[in-house]
Amino acid sequence: MNPVLFILGFPGAAAVLLALLPDYRLAARLNVAASLLTLLASAVPFIHRPETTPFLLIDDFNIYLVALTAFVAFTTSLFSARYVLHEVEIGRLLPRYLRFYHAMYQAFVLTMLAALTANNLGVLWVAIEGATLTTVLMVGLYRTHAALEAAWKYFILCGVGIALALFGTILMYLAAEPVMGEGLRAMTWSELLPRVAAFNPALLNLAFVFLLVGYGTKVGLAPLHAWLPDAHAEGPTPISAVLSGLLLNVALYSVLRFKMLLAANPQAVAPGPLMVTMGLTSLLLASFMLYRRRDIKRLFAYSSIEHMGIITFAFGMGGALANFAGLLHMTMHSLTKSAIFYAVGYISQIKGTQRIAEISGLTASQPVLGWALVLGVVAIAGLPPFGVFMSEFLVLTTSFARAPVLAVLVLAGLLIGFGALVLRLQGLAFGEGTGGEKVSNAALLPAFVHLALVLAAGIYLPAPLVSWFQTVAKLLG
Amino acid sequence: MSSVPFELLQLILVVVLAPLLTGIVRKVKARLLGRRGPALVQPYRDLLRLLRKEAVLAPSASWLFRAIPYMMFTAIWLAAAIVPTYTTGLMTSRIADLIALVALLGSARFALALAGMDVGTSFGGIGSSREMMIASLAEPAMLTVTFTVALLVHSTSLPQISEFMLTQAVGIRVSLLLGLISLTMVALAENARIPIDNPATHLELTMVHEAMVLEYSGRHLALIEAASMVKLLLYLSLIAAIFLPWGMGTEQTLGWAALGLGLGSYAVKLGTGAVLLGVFETSIAKMRVFRVAEFLGGAFLLGILAAIFLYVSQGL
Amino acid sequence: MPVFATLTYDTAHLLDAGMLVVSFALLYQRRLFGVLKTYAVQALLLSAAAAWQAHAQAAPQLYITAAVALIFKAIIIPLALHRIIVQLNIHRAIETALGIGPTLMVGVALVALSIWLVLPVTAASGALTRESLASALSVVLLGLLIMITRRNAVSQVVGFMSLENGLILAAVGVKGMPLVVELSIAFEVMIAFIIFGIFFFHIRERFDTLDVHDIDRFRGERP
Repeated sequence: MNPVLFILGFPGAAAVLLALLPDYRLAARLNVAASLLTLLASAVPFIHRPETTPFLLIDDFNIYLVALTAFVAFTTSLFSARYVLHEVEIGRLLPRYLRFYHAMYQAFVLTMLAALTANNLGVLWVAIEGATLTTVLMVGLYRTHAALEAAWKYFILCGVGIALALFGTILMYLAAEPVMGEGLRAMTWSELLPRVAAFNPALLNLAFVFLLVGYGTKVGLAPLHAWLPDAHAEGPTPISAVLSGLLLNVALYSVLRFKMLLAANPQAVAPGPLMVTMGLTSLLLASFMLYRRRDIKRLFAYSSIEHMGIITFAFGMGGALANFAGLLHMTMHSLTKSAIFYAVGYISQIKGTQRIAEISGLTASQPVLGWALVLGVVAIAGLPPFGVFMSEFLVLTTSFARAPVLAVLVLAGLLIGFGALVLRLQGLAFGEGTGGEKVSNAALLPAFVHLALVLAAGIYLPAPLVSWFQTVAKLLG
Repeated sequence: MSSVPFELLQLILVVVLAPLLTGIVRKVKARLLGRRGPALVQPYRDLLRLLRKEAVLAPSASWLFRAIPYMMFTAIWLAAAIVPTYTTGLMTSRIADLIALVALLGSARFALALAGMDVGTSFGGIGSSREMMIASLAEPAMLTVTFTVALLVHSTSLPQISEFMLTQAVGIRVSLLLGLISLTMVALAENARIPIDNPATHLELTMVHEAMVLEYSGRHLALIEAASMVKLLLYLSLIAAIFLPWGMGTEQTLGWAALGLGLGSYAVKLGTGAVLLGVFETSIAKMRVFRVAEFLGGAFLLGILAAIFLYVSQGL
Repeated sequence: MPVFATLTYDTAHLLDAGMLVVSFALLYQRRLFGVLKTYAVQALLLSAAAAWQAHAQAAPQLYITAAVALIFKAIIIPLALHRIIVQLNIHRAIETALGIGPTLMVGVALVALSIWLVLPVTAASGALTRESLASALSVVLLGLLIMITRRNAVSQVVGFMSLENGLILAAVGVKGMPLVVELSIAFEVMIAFIIFGIFFFHIRERFDTLDVHDIDRFRGERP
């Protein structure tokens, strides 16, 4: 029995069940249970690698991404369970919305895992489209004016993005068809890779441009990032956590799959420079924008744009070391950003506001929460000994070696972003406490687990993980 | 048979048939509106009546005012004479160029616009300025259609175009369809038909063509009315010659049978065109004047699209 | 050139060009109901094009795509949007960011752009595929233009659906593309969910003045 079917089956079944379940407390627990089962299922391919079918594929690249996704989905479900229950208590959410929310959550996890394990380009597209759909509906959950506008913007921008990605997919099929004949085979990624050198390079180029722009919108690359801050700020915090932590990764994964195809055709234009440009633009734009943010979730949303910019830049540079750095950064960012959003979620719940100006002295009034935030921001800002420092350092060293001018720009962006985050952190975490109830330590456990992992990765990366990243880095070209 | 008699026949035919065409259009419109409508020969009676009446001139009218009806009628009659109607083997076939046609029509329009301004009334000025605005948009649209057709046929000579469409296997070409739609839109604009202008309106503020000729009376008005009727016939013949040339005689087929077939098919095309025009005018409302620019912009656009499609399919 | 005389090519070409002309007609409209009717015509043409391709490529699954386009896009969605507009009393004149004339000009430029992009790279494919793809990309870009130049949420949605029509045209035009039916249905599902999810339930619940125009209030960045 193909273990991937379980990885996809658990969230799918859970989504259906949760749609039918009226009791929201039970639903929250079921959500956690389903995520745990999915996490356990995602560990199975490590033991016994399933075979590649025309629709499903597990290879070195996505095996750890699947595990990472399942893990963060699980910890977020833990956070979500407490968070939404409290939201119902304070009256910000109605219980009947929660039924929808939990069902959509599992559906979203299903679509992300389907995108990660898809071997067929069409299925990949449908999965990403499904992920867009579920998150759009969840962003609008609070049904306030701002939430509806954020959902609408998200829908319009990402809808156009995936439409363009579909066109790119059609062009890719058109390029494959003369060599591989009609039918499903010409859309199967594992079949395409060995034969892509025979495809028409001009057509491949055009296809990749559409795919980069299309899926790149979902990654949040500038100038297509406009949906990201609003979606993060107006949606429920667990959704912000999975958007930043997981969806951006999955979208970038799709882009990378196509990059791998293009890299195998020597006459096709190198996709690197395009990705480098977009990555650098995102990094610089987001770093500057960090200074003007007045809303805490928007602040960290721009931080996500910044980091996806760094990752795209790294993959654009290419080569074993840069790819390794990119993969490491994907993982670290995913864990750190979701931890930060867990903390931010509780903060905004306790303080009743998301405006930075109205939040201060967290380490005084809620020490555990405050210090969690401090650690998270320190981690994401790229300070050692956290793992983010390691990956940023690797990115810088490779780019200094190959393109010093770009490296200077990257460094400038990183420093600007660092400054903004530290500035805001001062105001948020230190100074006079403004009161408010305390959060139990257990509630913050997921955040601390993430941060511990990031810290551990920064100090010592276990050898199997290193060799893994290296294998994939080679695959990426 | 040489081509001179054909030419004479055409000259007479266009003048004689034009009022009948207008009569058919008015009858169709009236019937669709639930009225019995005027008799089909009523335009003839109107023209004869006007010819018998005295031409009253304003004191401020110049010699231009008196001369222009003749100039206009001559230009349009000549234009109508060169468009192939029932045969392409006319005496004027060597000068029958689409661009020359556009120039002739342009001169006629220019003359009439001058006349509108000549007497110095404000309504005349309104009519002239609106007419010129419409013309400045309609003429480029017509030229894009000319360009498209010329791209296909490699010539702007009307008889050659008709013969090309008759003899070559052209197939259902999208560019020709778009060109037809564009030319129809231009024809509606040039002939002052709904939706551009209402030929039956009494309200001066909504007039375009009528406002220019408000000051004319008697034989001058008769000539101008006749010129408009011939212009309508001209445009219908033009559309038929370019896009629907079947049944036309050519220089090779000049016998009696071809003549009969040509005349018959021409009559059918004219009649159908008149009926369709009547139906169309009854179905939609007149546009506001500032929307005319968009309408003609659309015609121009369709012409460009037609050229693009043709260029693309020739390049493949 | 013999290929132009064949009925298959001519009809497919006619339907593709028809869709393109209807896209321009969409740009031209000034009233919301006009936009809906024009969109319905475009969906009809798409359905005809899909059915024709199903016949020409001997791919019977495309008949399903044609049926979905006909029932869902040409009939149900325009009717539903019509009801929404009437019930929610939405402002019915179209306000455009650019005048209609300049918009049409930009549209022509986009058509030229898509032809310039598609034709050179598809030299290896058949003439019909190339023209189909060029027309489809033009429809997509025109749909994008509609979305960009309209302020009204309903017309933005129609622009998006017009973009989707272009994509489905591309998908059916490419010979032998698998999963076309699945892809098109997935897209329909997304649109249906989001349009009716966001519009119908949320807006009706939320706003007293039911003017969707309000949604555009925060157009720029908010700190």
